[in-house]
Amino acid sequence: MASGVKPRVKVPKTAAAGSAITIKTLISHKMESGRRKDKEGNFIPRSIINRFTCEFNGQSVIDVTMEPAISTNPFFEFDATVPEAGEFKFTWYDDDGDVYEAVKAVAMA
Amino acid sequence: MELTRRNALAIGAGAFAATILPFQAFAAADEAIAAFTGGADVGEGGITLTSPEIAENGNTVPVSVDAPGAVSIILLAAGNPDPAVATANFGALAAKQSVAMRIRLAGSQDIVAVAKMADGSFVKTANAIKVTIGGCGG
Repeated sequence: MASGVKPRVKVPKTAAAGSAITIKTLISHKMESGRRKDKEGNFIPRSIINRFTCEFNGQSVIDVTMEPAISTNPFFEFDATVPEAGEFKFTWYDDDGDVYEAVKAVAMA
Repeated sequence: MELTRRNALAIGAGAFAATILPFQAFAAADEAIAAFTGGADVGEGGITLTSPEIAENGNTVPVSVDAPGAVSIILLAAGNPDPAVATANFGALAAKQSVAMRIRLAGSQDIVAVAKMADGSFVKTANAIKVTIGGCGG
């Protein structure tokens, strides 16, 4: 599923050094679980995002393994520490091999 | 229906099957927990699972797990066809070992969160959620 996938990330533009900030991420994806059936009664094949990671300047913040029980348009909210100015890199890994990325810069307040 | 010996046996068999089925669902969740902990003892406390008491739509149920000092958290829905929901591993820059997400639930059930602490111990907690419309789509 490569069509219509759009990551949305909410990160504060500035933060004090060493402070904790809340990050919210959403990516539009239908997250087909593989258990639904179409009109003919055939199973619709599984097509989900199976992994989500967030890094800050190459250091891991969170790494989530996702199963079909994650809702359509996966949403995550978590807290990260910002030791210095830099970039958050968000990566989503699709079952079909696609990788979706988003980058957000944070400046020091 | 007349209560004959044959009918009584049929009712008994049905009741037996009804008690076995949910038990199997829990067994799958227990297996998933055992795979995560490697058979270690699982304690209580130090982990908070926040979820609604009643979820009207099983397709998106907001839940959050908070386990200060955890390195990873696994979330399971014991009543789903496949109990695994998500595994979160926290890195060095995670300010709080907590994550909020939206999950699918097939029906009213218990959801279970197990956290692996930095010292290698495990804690778990469970919440019951009533689901009005299941999220497994037909």
